Order: sequence, then C-alpha cells, then structure tokens
Amino acid sequence: MIDIFNNTLISNSIITAFLFIGVVTYFSYWISKNLTGGLIHGSAIAIVLGLVLAYIGGLLEGGTKGLADIPIFAGVGILGGAMFRDFAIVATAFGVDIRNLKEAGFIGSVSIVFGVVFSFLIGALVALSFGYTDAISITTIGAGAATYIVGPVTGTALSASTEVIALSVAVGLIKSILVMIMTPFIAPIIKLDNPYSAMIFGGLMGTTSGVAGGLAATNPKLVPYGAMTATFYTGVGCLLAPSVLFLLVDFFI
Amino acid sequence: MVVYGVALLSFCMLAGVFLGQLLGYLLGIDANVGGIGIAMLLLIFIANKKSMAIKIDASTKSGINFWNAMYIPIVVAMAAKQNVLAAISGGWMALTAGVLVVVLSFIAVPILHKLSKSKEH
Repeated sequence: MIDIFNNTLISNSIITAFLFIGVVTYFSYWISKNLTGGLIHGSAIAIVLGLVLAYIGGLLEGGTKGLADIPIFAGVGILGGAMFRDFAIVATAFGVDIRNLKEAGFIGSVSIVFGVVFSFLIGALVALSFGYTDAISITTIGAGAATYIVGPVTGTALSASTEVIALSVAVGLIKSILVMIMTPFIAPIIKLDNPYSAMIFGGLMGTTSGVAGGLAATNPKLVPYGAMTATFYTGVGCLLAPSVLFLLVDFFI
Repeated sequence: MVVYGVALLSFCMLAGVFLGQLLGYLLGIDANVGGIGIAMLLLIFIANKKSMAIKIDASTKSGINFWNAMYIPIVVAMAAKQNVLAAISGGWMALTAGVLVVVLSFIAVPILHKLSKSKEH
C-alpha cells in the first residue's frame, strides 16, 4: 500500500511538487493572516518555510539539493531549478514599463560592476582577516561573496583547493539566503519601493535566487527590474574575478 | 491561443540563453552573460512593438501571465532546494563574509540611488 502510494508520488514528481508547493503556500498565508495579523507577508513566510524544509532535507539525505534529495520531493528540485525559475523570471518582464527601464538603465549597469567589485572586496578582506594569505584563496572567497556560481568558477580557473572552493560556495549561499529572508524587512528602510531602486538593488546584490526570492516577498511588481540587472551579475563576476580582480589581489599580497 | 504565449516566452528564453552563452564564449569565460536579461529585453521589445507580425491577443497574454503568476510558487520551490546545510556548515568565516556583504550592499542601495539622482540635477 505504502509502496504504491510512494511510487505514485515519485513517478509523477512535478505534479507532486505542484501540490506540495500549493499546500506550503496555503499554510504560509494562513500563518501570515492568523498568527502575524498580515504583518509578515505570506510569500515571505513560504520562502523561509522552504529554506527550513531544505535544511531538514539536507540533514535527512545529506545531499546538495535540500528537500529535493528526498525521492518523493524530487519534483520540487525541477520546479525550483534554474530552468523554471528563469522561465518565470522572463514572464515577469511582460509587465515592464520601458520608460522605467530606460531611466534606470545606466545606473543599473553601473551598479552591476560596482556590486561585483564591492562584494568581492568585502569577501577578500574577510578572507584576509581570517588568516588566508595566498592570492588564489583570497580571490576565490572574494568571488564567492559575489555569488555561489562566481566562487567555484573562479576557484576552478585559478586551481584553488577544494576546501576553499567549498567555502566560497558557502559564502555565496549564505548571501543568497540572507537576501531572500531580509529583503522584505529592509526594503522600507532603504526605500526599495520603485523600479529605479529595484534595478540598483539587483545590480548590487547580484544573486539571482536571492533577488528573485527577496523581491517576490517584498513587491512582485519590482521583480523584473531587480532580476534584469541581477541576471547579468554572475556573468560579469565570472569575467572580472579570475582576471582583473585576481591580478589586483596578487599585486597587493 | 494560449500556447502562442507560452511558445513566445520559450522562444525569448532560448534566444536569450543562446546569446548569453555565445557572449560568454566570445569573452572566453565558461558562464552565461546575462542570457535571461537578454530574454527579458526581447520579450519587452516584442510585446511593445505594435507592428509585430505576432499579435498578442488576450488568450496569448494569458499563456504568459500564467507563468508570471507561477513565479512565487516557483521561488518557494527554489528556496526548498537550496543547499542550506552547506551554507550553515561553512563556519564562521563564511557566515561573517555572507552577513557583511549583504548588510553593506543593503546600505549601498540608497547611497547609489542618491548619487545617481543628484548627478542628473
């Protein structure tokens, strides 16, 4: 009986994921309404709940895909993977106002380059203060502070040690998770309530998952503007970190 | 028809990802440079072009808007598949770096906003 039940869920994995995410969302909106009086938005709770489930999944299975490593939740990994995420992000662009895009186009591009260098420097300085002295490790950890993709791409290009690469991924993951959780609360303080600052925000943060999650829980209308700059960030990071930024670190070390 | 909207969306995404990958290749890096951003620009361009061969009628729109509405559920699924365990087991250095980067970048948002606005006037 239980086998037949499990097999039904596993062999229809994406459908199972639709149902599961629907239930999680319903539960989250219920918490939002009844326990926080609507103070914390339902989607913010759903994202945090997702992260908690990912942690539990990691503990149970010891894999790298959070909840999606549990066979019956494999579909969550597909639904939440880069393919569907990017597809939905492109769809959000349908509501974009070209005037807003043009107005913030220049500062948006500046913020991407500034964001990569800024994050890199902070990561590199932290690595330095924790006792790393070789340019390759410092660069790799700095790159991880950009995003968890820039870190390993840079580390591999410079042949950093596997421990340092893993560390750079951890830095990028923490960044992404914190952006997801904190953005809805910080947004009013930093006036993140218009397309213009959303584009700057996307360029400075750069983590597509973090920005996608953070803005979803803040104001879904801002998503395309933030995502627009954020999706360029990782590419720019992979371009600058192993080249110019590495040479810069190497020069000063 | 609804499928036209979904197909248009697919076309934009594939074209964008292809161009992003090509751009990465030309720059000599193993990464996609802004593919999704290019896809978004392409969709915005097509949607706003009045003289386009493809007419975006109400049912075509609903094919795009469905995926737009699925955005938040997909993001929830994305959260549930993050490697949270690895993030937490990264130790103090990873935590320090992650927290500092996020907090300082948050602070930089209004500063950059102000700088760019004051330059215009």
